[in-house]
Amino acid sequence: MSSPPKSATVRELTYLNAIVEAQREEMLRDERVILIGENIDIYGGSALFDTFDERRLRNVPISENSFTGMGIGAALTGLRPIVDLTIASFVYLAADQIINQAAKLRYMTGGQLSVPIVFRACTYYNICNAAQHSDRPYPFFMNVPGLKIVAPATPADMKGLLKAAVRDDDPVLVFEDMSLWTKKEPVSTDPDFLVPIGKADVKRGGRDVTIVSIAGCLPKALAAADVLQGEGISAEVIDLRTLVPLDTETLLESLGKTGRVVIVDNSHRTGSVASEVSAVMSEEGFEILRAPIRRVTTPAVQIPYSAALEKPLYPSTERIVAAVKSIL
Amino acid sequence: MTPSQAPQLTRELSLQAYRRMVRIRRFEEEAMRRAMAGEFSGMHSSSGQEAAIVGACLALRDDDYITGTHRSHGHPIGKGADLKPLMAELYGKATGICKGRGGSMHLADRKVGIIGESAIVGGGIPLATGAALSIQVRGTDQVSLCFFGDGAANQGTFGESLNLAAIWKLPVIFFCENNLYAISTPVAKSHGQPDIALRAAGFGLPGVIVDGQDLAEVYAATAVAVGRARKGGGPTLIEAKTYRFEEHCLGLQVPIAYRTPQELERYKSQRDPLVLYRKEMLGRGIAEVEIGGIERDVAAEVADAVTFARQSPLPDPDEVYDYLFSNPIHYPPEPAP
Amino acid sequence: MALSQALKSEAYRRMLRIRRFEEEGTRLFKEGAIPGAYHASIGQEAAIVGACLALNDDDAMTGTHRSHGHPIGKGADLKPLMAELMGKATGICKGRGGTMHLADNSVGIVSESAIVGGGIPLATGVALSAKVRKTQQVCLCFFGDGAVNQGTFHESLNMGALWRLPVIYFCENNGYAITTSLAGSHGQPSIAARAQAYGMPGTVVDGQDLSAVYEVTREAVARARRAEGPTLIEAKTYRYDEHNVGLLIPGKPYRSPQEVEEYRTRRDPIALYRQRLLAQGFTDADLTAIEQEVAGAVSDAIRFAQESPLPAPETLFDYMYSNPIGTPGK
Repeated sequence: MSSPPKSATVRELTYLNAIVEAQREEMLRDERVILIGENIDIYGGSALFDTFDERRLRNVPISENSFTGMGIGAALTGLRPIVDLTIASFVYLAADQIINQAAKLRYMTGGQLSVPIVFRACTYYNICNAAQHSDRPYPFFMNVPGLKIVAPATPADMKGLLKAAVRDDDPVLVFEDMSLWTKKEPVSTDPDFLVPIGKADVKRGGRDVTIVSIAGCLPKALAAADVLQGEGISAEVIDLRTLVPLDTETLLESLGKTGRVVIVDNSHRTGSVASEVSAVMSEEGFEILRAPIRRVTTPAVQIPYSAALEKPLYPSTERIVAAVKSIL
Repeated sequence: MTPSQAPQLTRELSLQAYRRMVRIRRFEEEAMRRAMAGEFSGMHSSSGQEAAIVGACLALRDDDYITGTHRSHGHPIGKGADLKPLMAELYGKATGICKGRGGSMHLADRKVGIIGESAIVGGGIPLATGAALSIQVRGTDQVSLCFFGDGAANQGTFGESLNLAAIWKLPVIFFCENNLYAISTPVAKSHGQPDIALRAAGFGLPGVIVDGQDLAEVYAATAVAVGRARKGGGPTLIEAKTYRFEEHCLGLQVPIAYRTPQELERYKSQRDPLVLYRKEMLGRGIAEVEIGGIERDVAAEVADAVTFARQSPLPDPDEVYDYLFSNPIHYPPEPAP
Repeated sequence: MALSQALKSEAYRRMLRIRRFEEEGTRLFKEGAIPGAYHASIGQEAAIVGACLALNDDDAMTGTHRSHGHPIGKGADLKPLMAELMGKATGICKGRGGTMHLADNSVGIVSESAIVGGGIPLATGVALSAKVRKTQQVCLCFFGDGAVNQGTFHESLNMGALWRLPVIYFCENNGYAITTSLAGSHGQPSIAARAQAYGMPGTVVDGQDLSAVYEVTREAVARARRAEGPTLIEAKTYRYDEHNVGLLIPGKPYRSPQEVEEYRTRRDPIALYRQRLLAQGFTDADLTAIEQEVAGAVSDAIRFAQESPLPAPETLFDYMYSNPIGTPGK
């Protein structure tokens, strides 16, 4: 589904603006696309109000379970909604509708229904917001058959994947990362620029170790690769991009080159994305592995408010470097 | 609303109404017999609730949407679905309406407008609200009708969805089949205030109570609500006080006597919606022989549906991943178990 | 039943404590000494304190992300609250809760939930517990206009009414959920009118009038203690600042500067109460003494917080469980 841009034009775009632009372009392209969310205007969407009105931009009262279900109902009957759940910790309120309705309706009805819907949620963490605002819930939903889940880490991937998600006829859960909002890079201006769901991306080639990066860990993973380069260790960094379905092919190809894997994931260690990637790589790449698989994750503890306690929790460049060295 | 102002059923529609009610009753009775004989497992019967279901369905067009509940059989039948794929679905056959993947609690027939029969109580209420949102965004004059029970009225989705529908005047009819008990819990023991329709005012929409055993009354009230919705007048909450003749689900043993045998007997003998409507039709001058003809037709239809179901093949286990996605990626997703 | 002179004095003191604490807290936040997201209760003091004063010390409470006013209104010591805002080990939540969760259990607070509507079932449960244990305790549940549309409100009020639980559902209706007004988010504008759907009484009160809030809450508390069940109180109040300090609102303003100004100058709960107290036997000197005392208490709290240590990293896993099993995951 990835298409080379028709024109070669690119322009600098932040991660946050990539989200807004992707939505705007898809709403212009297809009148069935609508946006549902709380305070759409405040949290990045104000530019949309220049082009669209309240018919397709629905500012909702605080009622996550039902406005999510409402989006699903609209998806079942001719629209292609984007439901913005704002802060990822709020996604639990919507979980019943996402899991028991969106993910299951097509299958349970033997294919009579399709659910072309996108759920967006942004992880906020490491900013002293305490436990109820700071979750990274990707693993929770990975266990639900029927969902596609993406976690883009660059502006180009954010734009391309969100557009691909909107055009996909199935329910897609898009996890954004607030710490990446101001990251800037050249992004194609082609309105049909898409990034395929289900394809990981080698962000940096290498020979000695594979570093698999999940979601917002990418900058730390790349920084770690730089540090390692300075010590003569060549690290290949794979940005997973799609969590479900997993791009096993790309992962195993890299493992074939390096034989060693460190997985970096900012979700809590128990049952993390890293756990699943680790299981798949060891099951299918056991003969190629030359050392145990290492996971660099957030420990299984509630997120504390005080920066003194919170800051050390998330994967850091130092911890990734140390993990790599421990298996060389 | 005086009787003369209320929308009336034409003769044709009356016959159609009776036919559909009888279909529901005979389908449910036959399905129960088959389930008790072990031919498939379990079901939640709608016997006793036919007038509430059919009266509402007949006020809708073919292109209107419905959502329903785990007590799902009556809804597609009430909306005019073919019985064969429904029965085949109960048997878990490949020819079932959901290809054997949904079963008794999820008899969703999209061709007659059903977009979900949710087994999560209250789960269909936001979906119906969303269908109404879709209608409003697309600018058509369709409506969406949401069936749910007395139990669902306490679920958070009820409060949230009624509010959403009210703020945007969405064309949705919230239709409560209040059969007085959620499994074995009576409304008085679960509702702080016993009249569900009275909750509507708190959200800013009208609420109406109807006798759910009286088809004409249900039809009239629903037709009024549907008319309002089509003209952009917004949602309505209809509470149909009805009754179910069977237990919550087949075979359920309830150790406490939550309802008296006398109450059950009274409904079966004096408040049976089929008997009541039959009488009404005779009173309108419809001949006994015509009514009997409908009853014979339906009996044959149900028997045919059972034959069809029993003779249909089971789904192929190798096809278990079919219908997971509209657009599968890396398909099939995993090695076969 | 009107407040005694002593209680009036306490009311004024507590409202001032909230105001000064929030003003200083806002300043410290802007200077970077307090992190996270700061949701101030400035403007809402009468609604909070009027309700809290109608409770006994052993009554319980739940609150919201706009959490600072609630413990202060219930009489909490300011030092651990300010220390918590600064993430110190001496904070009321040992630095683990922060600005959105100033839950002081010693004054009866069981939760300050940052999930909107999350505290309403909790309060209902506290009331259930009181009833099961046959105590005379009641629970007061603070929530905002935004929470009214959350499913938990619907589910909880039904259960509260059904079992006649000793809970008071107290809505601090400050007119806006971030920037969303009631007109845009409520099917019908009266929150109190929703009460009848569940089978409980609903009352509207002027949230800027401390005595009125006190009277209405007192009555609801008495009802609850007589086992007659819950009440829904809608206190119409106002917040001066944005939803949280420093929130940028792009595009069209959701409220006019004139409206904010009107509340600041003519509907300020503290100024209004001060005026009333002067007409009820208090002298200017009495009130000034309270003001000075409060100023002192707040600066003491700030100093305490600044001088307190940060939590030690080795204590990270403390307070995860009452009964930890095995070593915590690393």
